[in-house]
Amino acid sequence: MDWINVLIQGILLGGLYALFAAGLSLIFGVMRLVNIAHGDLMVGAAYLGLTTCATLGVTPLVSLLLVVPAMAGIGYALQRVVLNRVMGEDILPPLLVTFGLSVILQNTLLLGYSADPQKLSTKVLDTASVAVGPFNLGWLPVLTFAVAVALIWALQWMFYRTALGRAFRATSDNQDIAQLMGLNRAHVFGLAMALALAVTAVAGIFLGMRTAFDPSVGGTRLIFGFEAVIIGGLGNLWGTLAGGILLGVAQAVGSKIDPGWQVLAGHVVFLAILAVRPKGFFPRIEA
Amino acid sequence: MYDFLTITALNAHYGDFQALYDLNLSIAPSEVVAIIGANGAGKSTLMRSISGLMRNDATAIRWKGRDIGHLRADQVAGLGIALVPEGRQLFPSLSVEENLRIGGQTGRRGPWSLARVYQLFPILHERRRQPSTSLSGGQQQMVAIGRALMANPELIMFDEISLGLAPVVIRQIYDALPGIVGEGMAAMIVEQDITKALSVSTRAYCLQEGRVSLEGGSNDISREDISRAYFGV
Ligand SMILES: Nc1ncnc2c1ncn2[C@@H]1O[C@H](COP(=O)(O)OP(=O)(O)OP(=O)(O)O)[C@@H](O)[C@H]1O
Ligand SMILES: [Mg+2]
Repeated sequence: MDWINVLIQGILLGGLYALFAAGLSLIFGVMRLVNIAHGDLMVGAAYLGLTTCATLGVTPLVSLLLVVPAMAGIGYALQRVVLNRVMGEDILPPLLVTFGLSVILQNTLLLGYSADPQKLSTKVLDTASVAVGPFNLGWLPVLTFAVAVALIWALQWMFYRTALGRAFRATSDNQDIAQLMGLNRAHVFGLAMALALAVTAVAGIFLGMRTAFDPSVGGTRLIFGFEAVIIGGLGNLWGTLAGGILLGVAQAVGSKIDPGWQVLAGHVVFLAILAVRPKGFFPRIEA
Repeated sequence: MYDFLTITALNAHYGDFQALYDLNLSIAPSEVVAIIGANGAGKSTLMRSISGLMRNDATAIRWKGRDIGHLRADQVAGLGIALVPEGRQLFPSLSVEENLRIGGQTGRRGPWSLARVYQLFPILHERRRQPSTSLSGGQQQMVAIGRALMANPELIMFDEISLGLAPVVIRQIYDALPGIVGEGMAAMIVEQDITKALSVSTRAYCLQEGRVSLEGGSNDISREDISRAYFGV
């Protein structure tokens, strides 16, 4: 019974990783950009939520109404003003720029908010739980997971059923020919980053409601995100969800055995999978 | 000259390598112009320059009274110039129908629609839900042509229109051509088969090492002129 409970907790945790990883997956899928600052951007979103809640006196969930569009705007501007300038055949320059961005972001957050751990207080959600059979599930993890699944479903739908998704896929296939179709690559990239950071903003707020955060935690989150993306297979969002869940379960099981093993167990499972299935479980079907 | 497409002293470079030298060329509305020349003569480079995939001096390319040499490809597409690229270059992640629809992305109005493309190439309607990569070469070329038409261009450029296609398919494509050009649409065709190129066009340009080595009415050009213009002998 205990173990099933651990399994459930792991699955619910995985939803959060998947949400964060979906943004990484999207920007890699559309523009082959590896964003080292993605974790710090998520933490930045959590701090933005903190400030919004403090100044407006709203709950973290309500702060999403402001933080999500703000992060989308920041994403679009970041892509158009900074990243597009270094995008090209070589993936190294944008990688280095996002690395620099990560350092700048961390230090800016440190200056603005200090290194003290913070948490987005939800009052009710923090402790409320629901009994499902013999299991006691916290509302917050359940809500997080539901939101993650819904958002990943929405992203997948957008990617395969809308003109924007078509533009993303076409640009990912062949940037020059997409340009010939009247798609401005710079704008398409901007939209991809905007969307990725909008999703990441949701991940950041839910992360902040769930655990304490400080300006330095972006890096480990980035690694979890990459692991979820790679386990699931690059460019496949349902795969990313599966990857996030697997990672969540591995961590929950690890911490059940010994609390110190939580993070390590996730990494071990990731490495094991990488050894057996280097392309992940659901790699994108290449033509 | 004409106030449609006018190219004046166009130079194009790949790094240090110069591919086009002071090239002059023009096309009138509804005209079909053939571009011939040996491998590496610069035919594709010319089309890449016009379509905006290679950026040039603003004034080197004028389109309907406007300098467009400096514009990006998406801007040029919006002005009504479409390219059917060498080797089809369909989007592998998109279905046949999505490939066609994305051609209409510019939002230009005109006679061409999904329904009309399917009417021109009925086989594409049958295959519309399939991935574009599952089609034969000829069908892929039909998609590439349909995709360009969906933008309702006023100038459509075909790079190597029949390269790698079976003779029966080539005939099919050329049979469709009269239904495409006309109605105010001009065409520029790169074709290896010189006889074919001259028979479908009103005028022809021959390129040699990045320069125009011959130009004239397609009926007036002789075989000897062409072999001289091709190889410079
Ligand atoms: N990406 C490139 N980088 C460097 N040089 C190039 C590039 N593309 C073409 N060239 C060179 O530019 C010249 C013109 O090439 P282009 O492709 O325009 O010729 P083409 O007439 O279309 O030939 P083909 O009949 O083989 O298609 C050639 O000498 C070619 O080697
Ligand atoms: Mg060529």
